[in-house]
Amino acid sequence: MKSIIVKKLLAATVGLSLAIPTMAIAADDTIKLGVAGAHSGDLASYGLPTVNAAKLVVADVNARGGINGKQVELLVEDDVCKPEVATNTATKLVSSGVHVVLGHICSGATKAALPIYKNAGVIVMSPSATNPELTQSGDYPNFFRTIASDDAQAKTQVDFALDNRNLKKIAVIHDKGDYGKGLAEFAKQFIEKSGNAEVVLFEGVTPGAVDYSAVVQKIKRSGADGVIYGGYHPEASKIVTQMRKKRIDIDFISGDGVKDDTFIKVAGKSAEGVYATGAKDNSSNPLYTAAIEAHKKTYGEDPGAFFDSAHAAAAALLNAVEKAGSTDTAAITNALQANDVATTVGNIHFDERGDAVGVGFAVYQVQNGQYVEVK
Amino acid sequence: MEYFIELLFSGLTRGAIYALIALGYTMVYGIIGLINFAHGEIYMIGAFTAFIVSTVLSILGFPLLAIIVLAGLAAAVWSSAYGYTVEKLAYKPLRHAPRLSPLISAIGMSIFLQNYVLLAQTSDFQPFPELIPEFDFMEPFVHIVGSSDMVILVVTTLMMVGLTLLIKFTRIGKAMRATSQDRKMAMLVGINVDRVISATFIVGSALAAVGGLLIASHIGQINFFIGFIAGIKAFTAAVLGGIGSIPGAVLGGVILGLTESFATGYVSSDYEDVFAFSLLVLILIFKPSGLLGKAEIQKV
Repeated sequence: MKSIIVKKLLAATVGLSLAIPTMAIAADDTIKLGVAGAHSGDLASYGLPTVNAAKLVVADVNARGGINGKQVELLVEDDVCKPEVATNTATKLVSSGVHVVLGHICSGATKAALPIYKNAGVIVMSPSATNPELTQSGDYPNFFRTIASDDAQAKTQVDFALDNRNLKKIAVIHDKGDYGKGLAEFAKQFIEKSGNAEVVLFEGVTPGAVDYSAVVQKIKRSGADGVIYGGYHPEASKIVTQMRKKRIDIDFISGDGVKDDTFIKVAGKSAEGVYATGAKDNSSNPLYTAAIEAHKKTYGEDPGAFFDSAHAAAAALLNAVEKAGSTDTAAITNALQANDVATTVGNIHFDERGDAVGVGFAVYQVQNGQYVEVK
Repeated sequence: MEYFIELLFSGLTRGAIYALIALGYTMVYGIIGLINFAHGEIYMIGAFTAFIVSTVLSILGFPLLAIIVLAGLAAAVWSSAYGYTVEKLAYKPLRHAPRLSPLISAIGMSIFLQNYVLLAQTSDFQPFPELIPEFDFMEPFVHIVGSSDMVILVVTTLMMVGLTLLIKFTRIGKAMRATSQDRKMAMLVGINVDRVISATFIVGSALAAVGGLLIASHIGQINFFIGFIAGIKAFTAAVLGGIGSIPGAVLGGVILGLTESFATGYVSSDYEDVFAFSLLVLILIFKPSGLLGKAEIQKV
């Protein structure tokens, strides 16, 4: 069964890639939107929702009469999420005269493909590549994304700790795992870079230990006025409970590993006042619900991974082309940075590095046994 | 200096927690020379029983003291039933088998009980009610040692003393010592060895259940896996102190707890396990039978 699906997908991809050049020749006066990503292989489930999203957005735009009088045309190319394939994919898209590209899906493939687009002056926007370097290195002025980068959560925590809570001495604790330690290390970097606060303690705790009072005493001794914790809720609830039992009433800020109702249930009254960052909630956004409905109507099922950020990216790209009035790189870049656009992930524009402003994480606080967004 | 005392007490609390569970390991090993890997699971079942009973009783509006006593009793009885059954099912049929067979059987029992509770109770952490209240008279010292820490320290000491008295001065204690020295000879002088072994499992399981109640109340959360992690550390403590020796289990637990606490306090908590297990290796190199253990003489 699975192999039949894979074969059908392959056939569809091959069919599409064969069909596109002929179409491109037939209609020269179109806006060409490339869609590159993993459309077959192990990671196809990450890439195919983006194709669906692009198709929905393009169908919508074309039905409204296109952009500046031109119809939008999709060029779909598979990179199987492999850097070595992605360079070929990019070359192929560039040589078929693509104007803007939605993709790639995986960070590694994106990084490999970007120099080719950069040389050709093509704007690229990824719905899913989260590697911080892609925007922060400054190497790729043609790159944008509608998803928060890996370190965005730590950035949100540190900004909140320094600006809203005015913390000066922060203890950064983690659970030694990939997720927790990664988050904690980013937080430490951001605190040190800011220069407004210092990291007075940076420690890993052993998950599952029966008692964390020694580390809690160490936090107290460090003179910290706040804790940033990278890890999951079982350890967080033990540490918070023991802190409160020892009458240490300093801020406790954590991430989406703790923004879970089990944390509140287990930590009980000690959970009150704890801060945790978590993904922004889109469910009240009418564009988001409309996009989900449209997907269900067209494809008969719920959309897959990165559908909402891909939908937003396609909309933002086409909106920028429309605002720019041309497919000139500098004009599109300006339009992306200058104009707020309403998308499935909220109202966004892009900063000078290419990260979307308005997506990513919000800070929540436990109030009366519930996580409430801190405005 | 105050920091030192704070670390000392957090080490003692941790050590007492290890010791509470280690007592059960060491008792069973002392009598039948088996490392009962399912002991951690008995402790976990005790914690779950106490959790269920105390939740029901607090809904019915019982006073706190009654809840603690009844939940403790229920947990002790229920865990003892499990301990007794595990011995009858998994260890007794293998009593004359090579030493490795009951060990494997114990590991199997441990996995079985974990998964049984996982299926019956879900894998989520459950909030354990705070059964040990915060005593008012502890308030001035609360930054050093909390009420539940104090209760755990006192109960562990009482249990160690009580167990020592039981083994030294009672009839069943004498029978236990005889069985531990030479099982065949004990049978020949008319001791019902099966009953002695059952009694050992019952007492050990009851201790684990009381430990489960106290520790879960101290930590505030339980799930099916707590027994495994605590069991590994408790087993280490028992080996450190000399497995088979009751004061040894407590001494081993306290040394392990203090090592971890001071390693965290003065070096880094990233290395607490490194220090704890390095100490274990060092002690076993110089004293292979543990601190208070008797050197095992090969009987021919």
